[in-house]
Amino acid sequence: MRPDGAALVTGASGGIGAAVADRLAGQGWPVGVHYRSDEAGAAEVVERIESGGGSAVALHADVSERDAADRLVGELEDRFGPVLALVNSAGTRADGLAPQLKDEHWDRVIETNLSAAFRLTRRVLRPMLRARYGRVVNIASVVGPRANAGQSNYAASKAGLIAMTHTVAVEVARRGITVNAVAPGFVETGLTADISSEAVAAEIPARRPGRPEEVAACVGFLASDEASYVTGTTLTVDGGMSA
Amino acid sequence: MTAKAEPEAVEKVIFDGLAEVGAEPSDINREATFEALDVDSLDLVEIAQIVEDEFGVELAGEDVQDLKTVGEVVDLVVSKGS
Ligand SMILES: NC(=O)c1ccc[n+]([C@@H]2O[C@H](COP(=O)([O-])OP(=O)(O)OC[C@H]3O[C@@H](n4cnc5c(N)ncnc54)[C@H](OP(=O)(O)O)[C@@H]3O)[C@@H](O)[C@H]2O)c1
Repeated sequence: MRPDGAALVTGASGGIGAAVADRLAGQGWPVGVHYRSDEAGAAEVVERIESGGGSAVALHADVSERDAADRLVGELEDRFGPVLALVNSAGTRADGLAPQLKDEHWDRVIETNLSAAFRLTRRVLRPMLRARYGRVVNIASVVGPRANAGQSNYAASKAGLIAMTHTVAVEVARRGITVNAVAPGFVETGLTADISSEAVAAEIPARRPGRPEEVAACVGFLASDEASYVTGTTLTVDGGMSA
Repeated sequence: MTAKAEPEAVEKVIFDGLAEVGAEPSDINREATFEALDVDSLDLVEIAQIVEDEFGVELAGEDVQDLKTVGEVVDLVVSKGS
């Protein structure tokens, strides 16, 4: 079914990305474990995958740099062949109320969460079109379609990511390539370390934060052969928060 | 390394590319229109990528959108590559 190829997971040194890398390795993909600053975290993920009998390589890049997508994908292709699965999990936030939000914070969040995901998607569509097979999963957020005061940059990036996902999906659907988004609610990771879980839990019908593995399971499904007819959609994983 | 965009070489790569995206090989010739070959915009994107990989010639969407026949694309690649 699935042609030989590799999976690239960005932001895989920790949090949701690391759980996704583990998951995809378990589904038989050789995995490119991308990181920016947490080299040790990425090395740990690679080690865990290899000791479980899988293949993985750590890849370093700041995805907000224009040439990062070409370089990253090229490096992974040299190692494991065509990239036929991409999970854009690298993401950042720089909160502030709109009147005080600096250009630099706006730009950094849009570049990392939205533009980088587009550049990576554009690059991997090449081998995917040739292979007539591909899986792209973008980690969006419930924030975006939904407002969250203090996150106009983040919300815009994630809403943009969802819109990009849906449009690219219809462009390439006839080639066996699916493009979907997963929208987590509140998940305990490095990104949310400054937010009190107890305070947020009260607003979540499930009464607890999500775990990275619970998001990874959904990504794993969308990346699987079984999900071949699921494209251009957003799967919300939020314990009922936006229901 | 990319090959030189000589007319015959370009023609061969484009003909092969058209067959790869599903055009009927016996219908492929310079005069054939993409419409008759049932080659759509996404197919043309793929052919543009093959051409870029082979000859290092970049074909933008607006370059090819008005071209109707296979020969016109071959000529464009040859002229851009020289
Ligand atoms: N946690 C949540 O509640 C939640 C909710 C909704 C959506 N999300 C989304 O889920 C994704 C993963 O987040 P997470 O919660 O797992 O947080 P995390 O553990 O902080 O992971 C974020 C990852 O992104 C990488 N990264 C950030 N900026 C980068 C850049 N410019 N270039 C390259 N890599 C960069 C980080 O790399 P280094 O650490 O190596 O620098 C890190 O691996 C993000 O897109 C986030 O927006 C999270």
